[in-house]
Amino acid sequence: MKRDSTAQTLLAAAMLCIVCSVIVASAAVGLRPLQDANKRLDKKKNVLIAAGIVAEGEAVSQKEIDDQYAVKVRPVLIDLKTGNPVDPKIVDPKTYDQRTAATDPSQSEPISRTADLAGIKRREKFAFVYEVVDESGKLEKLVLPINGKGLWSTLYGFLALADDGSTVRGITFYEHGETAGLGAEVDNPKWKAIWPGKQVFDETGKIRLEVIKGSVSPSSPNVQYEVDGISGATITSKGVSNLIHYWLGPEAFGPFLDHLRQPKGSSK
Amino acid sequence: MSEMKAKDVLMDPIFRNNPIALQVLGVCSALAVTTKLETSVAMALSVIFVLGCSNATVSLIRNYIPTSIRIIVQMTIIASLVIVVDQLLQAFAFDASKQMSVFVGLIITNCIVMGRAEAFAMKHPPVISALDGIGNAVGYSVILVVVGFVRELFGSGTIWGYSVFPLSNDGGWYVANGLLLLPPSAFFIIGFFIWVLRTFKPDQVEQEG
Repeated sequence: MKRDSTAQTLLAAAMLCIVCSVIVASAAVGLRPLQDANKRLDKKKNVLIAAGIVAEGEAVSQKEIDDQYAVKVRPVLIDLKTGNPVDPKIVDPKTYDQRTAATDPSQSEPISRTADLAGIKRREKFAFVYEVVDESGKLEKLVLPINGKGLWSTLYGFLALADDGSTVRGITFYEHGETAGLGAEVDNPKWKAIWPGKQVFDETGKIRLEVIKGSVSPSSPNVQYEVDGISGATITSKGVSNLIHYWLGPEAFGPFLDHLRQPKGSSK
Repeated sequence: MSEMKAKDVLMDPIFRNNPIALQVLGVCSALAVTTKLETSVAMALSVIFVLGCSNATVSLIRNYIPTSIRIIVQMTIIASLVIVVDQLLQAFAFDASKQMSVFVGLIITNCIVMGRAEAFAMKHPPVISALDGIGNAVGYSVILVVVGFVRELFGSGTIWGYSVFPLSNDGGWYVANGLLLLPPSAFFIIGFFIWVLRTFKPDQVEQEG
């Protein structure tokens, strides 16, 4: 049979397709458990970094991450609309993937244009709140997943709040595609170090926390609500500001944070 | 042609016939992943693996590939290998795979891989083809690593993530050059590299007119 006959061409193409698809499929299926384990570990590590338990860039073993996470972090899945925990019978927190849910039409809802400060168009119905507890099991911090548009990309990160639901304990972004050296400075440890101690809400319950343009003057009356902007990255800074307003606002974690602040609000 | 020396096939593309510097192929990916040395090296290793394997495979079945669909056949083989590499990276080098993200997949479109399959592997036996693939990939890697080294050192003051020049915004003396973190800087560095290379090897200079 000649190499360039139609029959031979079709046969060669068919053989190639079969062999290549077997190789690709077996690599994908065979390595899936390892990849999933990596993803889970990565997520746990990011939560631990946001909670300030693990320092960024610190080499920690897998076991250490698992152990620390098991002892100190309690993930709670909440219904964003009511702010109450979700019945595990409706959604199983063990298998719930928040990132996938955010774009899945059946697990998310569209955000109206006026409310969409973060520029994400859809929001998942259920979100994790990671409660960080100390040795005695007392609630220390809350780590909330946040995301929103910067200049080029969607920023994904965590915001850690104290148990009063208003004092910032830390912020991290674990995924973004902002300009290296400018917007990508949201990763800069020095910039992130400005955040702890800032207040999100004022006495009336209004969100005041803002990333401003330029640096915060120490004499400003709003000093506890203001964070220095990143120089050369106005749009990224604005994006961070907006996504915090969105995620802590009534459209997202607002109801949950209201529950948290209610009992203490009266004694203030 | 058949009496080509293995050593020449392997070593030639590194300086004498460098795919980026002389043939100016595969420049696009050299811009994208070279802001850090670490990702440059991970990318270089991936390309060495893919190019070595793709050349060997294409050469192995070269007598059975119908000429009318040979480009698609090469493409399919390359694409399959790249997906396997991507899966392996996600399983065993998760951090590196996160940083390289889509650029691993873009090895498929790297002209060097395609070019070597068509220009060399289709005409030569498997072993020498694999060596040719590895040689060309190493040539590509040399540039990638040099560019990654310069960009990371002068762009962020670090090498492999370790601080070398203390940065002024961390209280040091070095003001980072932001341009080097942006893609155009790779063009300048590749340009300088070609200049230096051609100063030492004047025969690489193209004839004018």
